[in-house]
Amino acid sequence: MIENRPFLAFLTHLVLIIGVIIVVFPVYLAFVASTHGSGDFMRGLVPLLPGPHMIENYSFMLNEGISTAGAPPLSIMLLNSLVMAIAIAVGKIIISILSAYAIVFFKFPFRMLAFWIIFITLMLPVEVRIVPTFKVVADLGMLNSYPGLIIPLIASATATFLFRQFFLTVPDELMEAARVDGAGPMKFFRDILLPLSRTNIAALFVILFIYGWVQYLWPLLVTTDSRYYTVVMGIKRLAATADAEPQWNFVMAAVILAMLPPVLVVILMQRLFVKGLVETEK
Amino acid sequence: MQAKRTIFPNKILPYMLLVPQLAVTLIFFIWPALQAVKSSFELADSWGFQTTFVWFENYRRLFVDPNYFASVGKTAIFAFSVTALSMSLSLILAVAVNRVLRTNRLYTTLLVWPYAVAPVVVGILWWFMFNPTIGIASYLLRAAGVDWNHRMDGNDAMILVIIAASWKQISYNFLFFVAGLQSVPQSLIEAAAIDGAGPFKRFWTIVFPLLSPTTFFLLIVNMNYAMFDTFGIIDATTQGGPAQATNTLVYKVYTDGFLGQNIGSSSAQSVVLMIVVIALTAIQFRYVERRVQY
Repeated sequence: MIENRPFLAFLTHLVLIIGVIIVVFPVYLAFVASTHGSGDFMRGLVPLLPGPHMIENYSFMLNEGISTAGAPPLSIMLLNSLVMAIAIAVGKIIISILSAYAIVFFKFPFRMLAFWIIFITLMLPVEVRIVPTFKVVADLGMLNSYPGLIIPLIASATATFLFRQFFLTVPDELMEAARVDGAGPMKFFRDILLPLSRTNIAALFVILFIYGWVQYLWPLLVTTDSRYYTVVMGIKRLAATADAEPQWNFVMAAVILAMLPPVLVVILMQRLFVKGLVETEK
Repeated sequence: MQAKRTIFPNKILPYMLLVPQLAVTLIFFIWPALQAVKSSFELADSWGFQTTFVWFENYRRLFVDPNYFASVGKTAIFAFSVTALSMSLSLILAVAVNRVLRTNRLYTTLLVWPYAVAPVVVGILWWFMFNPTIGIASYLLRAAGVDWNHRMDGNDAMILVIIAASWKQISYNFLFFVAGLQSVPQSLIEAAAIDGAGPFKRFWTIVFPLLSPTTFFLLIVNMNYAMFDTFGIIDATTQGGPAQATNTLVYKVYTDGFLGQNIGSSSAQSVVLMIVVIALTAIQFRYVERRVQY
């Protein structure tokens, strides 16, 4: 702080408080809606203070779900989301760290070609190749299965680049010393490189877990069997019950439960999250 | 390309290490993309049994289709508005957080978590607030004399998706602006203060110009986000309607190809979008290379 200007300090806090209200209010409203009974939404305006039905709404959604909307209980969908998010994060990290290791520590024909093939995935988001990708997965018989949800999403150029950048900063002497001591490439990878990459792996895991959790279009395409619904896509089914007004209290309970895991990850691991976000975008 | 000075001599091992990544990439990325290019040159008969090679017919039809141009226009309005709204709000918040000392951790935590909220969930949150019958925002708007109905009015629908998409992106932009602000040298600001420049003058003549690499980077990322990552928001709020008012290019690929089964046209649209992504990625990487040299 260079000079003391009480008015400016006041303005600063005012701006921040308004910003926080803008960010928090929609979620607060959803939480409030999830604590009321179904009848409370008939009176024309959303209630603004929490109601008494929180526990029963949440346990109803977790254990039974709205079967008329074709959605299974939330506990199943939450589990599917968790499996999908963790598998995508772990899968991306494993295949990316291996390919970055190959590209940085070995010289072999077609090294550049491999690098460019990986690079190209950046330019082909699933949104622009919906129909043909769906066809490939259908032909492989992977519709309505965990592999179908997970494997097509685990190629990762950004993770590969991140590990490549990091590997390039590892001093050459470490590797020379390891070789002098008789360590082969896999031993060097396991005992030296992997421990050194620990923070990077953790930061990347946070970002990729969120990436996997919020996937919507892909699960929507490949799952028609409600046993494989993820929570993020299942919510849409709950909210879109034909022409009728949705049962807001139950929909919002599902919304809160669907947000909670990744939001908690961000809040509890904020340092890793910021590191992961800033580094993957470089 | 850069590699280590000393390397391992193995011949087969590197290929083994690359196999998983390359297999996934080839099967689920490159092959479908080539298929999209191939079917963009083909026309299927009404039963889908036969396809004929028609050169650029699908593209020609696309570029004379007024619906497609309407969608290009809507996407442009949407992307520019989301980028402008979200970046300006985030910059204001980032500058404010950078000024407070003791509470900045708390404010940052309270501002960054929407990054982890799925776009479709964001859509539902704002859809609920603007719901014409029970939403609080539409209630307040009615009290102010605005008859809000995004189910009937295309402009209302567009405003709704812009607000929802911007809300989600605030946290991302905020983090990058904070990082950018922290790298502005304090000595420059102090020197300007000694020369008598007030806080606003210092911001516009020193801080803002020095932030320009961050701002430019975020411009590209936000355009990319608004065009490609907002599928869930649109699907949850307006589904492209009413009367195509919010049918962005990505949403149109989905409705034409997956719901409408018009594979030729949808593939041609996919190819056009791939070219857009390639252009945006190229700009982003050229710029990143420049920044590294600073």
